[in-house]
Amino acid sequence: MDNDHFEPTIIGFTCNWCSYRASDLAGTARMKYAPNVRLIRLMCSGRLDPTFVLRALSAGADGVMITGCHPGECHYIEQNYKALRRYLLLKRVLSGLGIEPERVKLVWASAAEGARFASETTLFVEEIRKLGPLNWSKDSDQLSVISDQSDNWSLITDNSSEEVPA
Amino acid sequence: MTERIGVYVCHCGTNIAGTVDVVDVANWAAEKLKHQGVVIAREYKFMCSSLGQELIEKDIKELGLTRVVVAACSPHLHEKTFRTAAKNAGLNPYLVELASIREQVSWVHSDKTIGTAKSKAVVSGAVSRVIENAALEEIKVPINPNTLVVGGGIAGIQSALEIANAGFHVYLVEREPSIGGHMSQFDKTFPTLDCSACILTPRMVEVGTHPNITLLTWSEVTNVAGYVGNFHVTIKKKARFVNEELCTGCGICQEKCPKKVIDDVYEAGLGYRKAVYTPFAQAVPNFPVMDKENCTYFIKGTCKACEKFCPTNAIDFTQQDKQINIDVGNIILATGYDLFDARRVSNYGYGRLPNVFTSIEFERLSNAAGPTLGNIVLRDGKTTPKSVGIIHCVGSRDKNFNNYCSVICCMQGLKFAHLVHERTGATVYNFYIDMRTAYKAYDEFYQRVLEEGTLFVRGKVAEVTNAARKESEKGKLIIQVEDTLAGKQRRIPVDMVILSSGLQPRADSKEVGKMFGISCSMDGWFTERHPKLDPVATMTEGVFIVGCAQGPKDIPSSVAQGAAAAARVLDKILQKEVMLEPIKASINKETCSGCRICNGLCPFNAIAYIEDDKISDINPALCQGCGTCVAACPAGAISGTGFSDAQIMAQIDGLLLRNLIAA
Amino acid sequence: MNPKPKFAMYWAASCGGCEIAVLNTHEKILDVDANFDIVFWPVAMDAKYKDVEAMEDDSILLTLFNGGIRNDENERLAKLLRRKSKILVAFGSCACEGCIPGLANLSPVGDIVYTAFNTITTDNPNEIYPRTTVDVPEGELHIPTLSKVVRPLEQVVDVDYFMPGCPPESHQIAAVIDLVIDVIKGKAELPPKGSVIGVGNSTVCDECPRTRNVKMVKEFKRIQDIAPADPTLCILEQGVPCNGPATRSGCNARCPQAGAQCIGCYGPAEGVIDYGARLITAFASVIDANTPEEIEHILDGIPDPTGQVYRFNLAGSLMKATKSAWEKA
Repeated sequence: MDNDHFEPTIIGFTCNWCSYRASDLAGTARMKYAPNVRLIRLMCSGRLDPTFVLRALSAGADGVMITGCHPGECHYIEQNYKALRRYLLLKRVLSGLGIEPERVKLVWASAAEGARFASETTLFVEEIRKLGPLNWSKDSDQLSVISDQSDNWSLITDNSSEEVPA
Repeated sequence: MTERIGVYVCHCGTNIAGTVDVVDVANWAAEKLKHQGVVIAREYKFMCSSLGQELIEKDIKELGLTRVVVAACSPHLHEKTFRTAAKNAGLNPYLVELASIREQVSWVHSDKTIGTAKSKAVVSGAVSRVIENAALEEIKVPINPNTLVVGGGIAGIQSALEIANAGFHVYLVEREPSIGGHMSQFDKTFPTLDCSACILTPRMVEVGTHPNITLLTWSEVTNVAGYVGNFHVTIKKKARFVNEELCTGCGICQEKCPKKVIDDVYEAGLGYRKAVYTPFAQAVPNFPVMDKENCTYFIKGTCKACEKFCPTNAIDFTQQDKQINIDVGNIILATGYDLFDARRVSNYGYGRLPNVFTSIEFERLSNAAGPTLGNIVLRDGKTTPKSVGIIHCVGSRDKNFNNYCSVICCMQGLKFAHLVHERTGATVYNFYIDMRTAYKAYDEFYQRVLEEGTLFVRGKVAEVTNAARKESEKGKLIIQVEDTLAGKQRRIPVDMVILSSGLQPRADSKEVGKMFGISCSMDGWFTERHPKLDPVATMTEGVFIVGCAQGPKDIPSSVAQGAAAAARVLDKILQKEVMLEPIKASINKETCSGCRICNGLCPFNAIAYIEDDKISDINPALCQGCGTCVAACPAGAISGTGFSDAQIMAQIDGLLLRNLIAA
Repeated sequence: MNPKPKFAMYWAASCGGCEIAVLNTHEKILDVDANFDIVFWPVAMDAKYKDVEAMEDDSILLTLFNGGIRNDENERLAKLLRRKSKILVAFGSCACEGCIPGLANLSPVGDIVYTAFNTITTDNPNEIYPRTTVDVPEGELHIPTLSKVVRPLEQVVDVDYFMPGCPPESHQIAAVIDLVIDVIKGKAELPPKGSVIGVGNSTVCDECPRTRNVKMVKEFKRIQDIAPADPTLCILEQGVPCNGPATRSGCNARCPQAGAQCIGCYGPAEGVIDYGARLITAFASVIDANTPEEIEHILDGIPDPTGQVYRFNLAGSLMKATKSAWEKA
């Protein structure tokens, strides 16, 4: 697929108190940004389980954007720091799997930063566009080396039906 | 068993329908998501209207819907509306999901094809998620009618009096020996030029004698546990070394004490106090406090003059700090501000050049009860200045120090100008960047000061120096400034410089915030629930912030906030119980291994380790529902309602349209 | 006399350790022989694939299938034994989640073959690499074709039960044998299909006797760096990344009790979809730092995070393999 016409699909995680409100604010102010990010609202960036990122990437997303309150401003005091630690280790593991660590991005945005939310989203979409599609999801059948998937086969050829001397 | 899902797509007039083909989205949901359980999909002009809500209620009753998805505006606006509609129709409100296709789609994208396609994905995500929703019940907790007010400044005093006058008990905890806060240090207050003590002290006396207020001064909160309606607070009442039951406040101990100490709290370092002292004459309570670090008896073991002369034997050198435990339902934080340390602006010479004064130092000079008996004099204690320069915005509106505006410094600077004129007849210059005199009678005050003959120079002062360049500058402080209105550099020689220093959050605001379970902004002020519509509440139920603790403000605003928080607290007390959102985490006893990795993750202390069973457990009343422990548990033993793994994983699959493949 | 129910055990891409674990049940193996007719077990008895093909469908009561699916022979046997067996158990971590052979998924399979024939100690002057078919005078010979990635058994056939472990502990194997014998005798019920058996219901920490406190780790270390280690204190707290908190219990915390960190061979806890994710979040939760610089510095103490979290279950994880393994031949 020609990278120029590639439209990334990105899953974005927002926190209820800051970054989701920032996206609301961007909406209220009619700021336009790239449509490629589909948002999931969590109560806190601290809820971000690495399983979510892995599921998104293995299920067809080309990138994952994680957003939350600025350090020191977390509604739940300090849970965004926990998200930060998980994110940094997750990126290392993804690197080891050959996935460009830039496909997962952590962005802090306060409830007042609608413009920042919009611009960071558009920026991330462009970054993923440059990286190209991830194309991770594979059906099991695609992984088989047996072309004949029917039940009419045998391991036995005519030769091997000979009795082997005891 | 497949759920029966109703999908409702709102036009919101043209707000959504203008950029999203809502009919197409509804039809798509009915057809493509049928296998997941969608039995009806409608679109309507305004879902939040009563007719729109009735659509949902009717379908729930007639079609036996078990789940509802409303694709409309942000859940922050109408989630409650649709949840209530469901409840009215007999469906558990938590089985309703909002899919935002307005703020997150129609308002931020322009292409209708793209908007429609994205809306379909968003609806698909919401449908997949709602299948995994569980029916939840709100949690009711009773409210303890007592209230804790932390900080005895004007804001805290206002809160305490309002609640106490309504008939409920208040514990007022103050760190200093007396209540009154910064306002007790001022001379006059703008714009009325009311004598600060005259308007403050009656309130202080009211607090001190109120039957519904337990006043704990020279005390600090050391621990807070619990949740709204049921806080358990530990207070350390520091030893005064004076028996409050016996002390009459006669003041003989102060008089007879031979040890003089520079008072750098109340007198801003300009005057003395004794080792045993009350900070000022009108202190409430009037019991003195002994300064252990400077008392001759504690240092050398001799003296004890105060004990000898006390007529009621109230001095007690053996007194210990006391720990007091109280139970309250609500907490109001009124901890005030610290003054910006003007020493940091080294080019203004405070601390190096003797006749540069800070605002609080000037208040003490001007105050008739202050160290100079109200005479405005230079650092030598006798010379009256003939010319005074007042510098605004010291440490504020400055990227090198504090970026914000401290709100009160312009009015403060004008007040100083007026007082200097009045008392000394000196020539007064005010150096300002902008004149911020926005509230009632403020601008009129500015005009008055203008008419009094104060000279205003618009420019940020570059330097205050004593390096004279010519004869006329010798022995003076020279203010170097660009007069931006005249377009020239000026060097203005004065005798005295007053720095209108900015306000800062208390140095320990982050620790204090943590103790009470609230957060601070990047600057350090406590964070309010909503900057426009909810300035005294915090994100933590039952904890309120008032006065300068929430951000720099003047006295009328502090008083208003104090009253506002009191009203909110009274509202809660009168309701007798509070409803908490059922977004909570819980630990599966069977699968928890007791690894304790979750134990360090909860800032609300909701997770406890049960030594006997070797597992951890979550107190649902303390749990705030952030979900951090749910994400962290390596055994997958912690689940969270409202935002469960199943819900989120389903939503991911739905957003990526994986659910269509299963069809 | 009623014919004894049939039993089979097969090894696909594995090491043989699971078979040894079964034999390690000592006298219990006699119970197996007493209660079952062993019809197919390459390590222990002589039988041919054609014998299995000749059996009726569902005629083997219990098959323990050990090993991952690496090539077409593994895949064919998996499907064959599924057809012929009533109960198919993914036995051992290889079959459950890929295990060590699953680490092949870190590289493209072509690179693996190339490397195998080009090591420092290999003499391959004519650059000969294996082919899967060759014509010889007697006809066409075929050796198994490697698939792109190793797959756990359940990605190829429907599996009835899972028994993780590398190998499953012998006492657990003995317990499962006893259970199956009881089921045959009508004295017990089989657990629900799809269950993980031969395990505890929590993670290794549940069985580990070491003291545990609130963990704050400022530095990750190797086990030899903390010598002499405190044998009574949680290993993770001493700074060594121990996979115990995320690993299914059932082994009696063998390794921590012997002074070594758990490396995670029993796989994930009940209901966990991706084992590695649980370890990522576990290790991240104990890091005692808040700034990116400090956190990165502490993370440098885990030099191979991918291997640390996916040593035994890369093939069974959500991502299953590296990008290059998917993409290159």
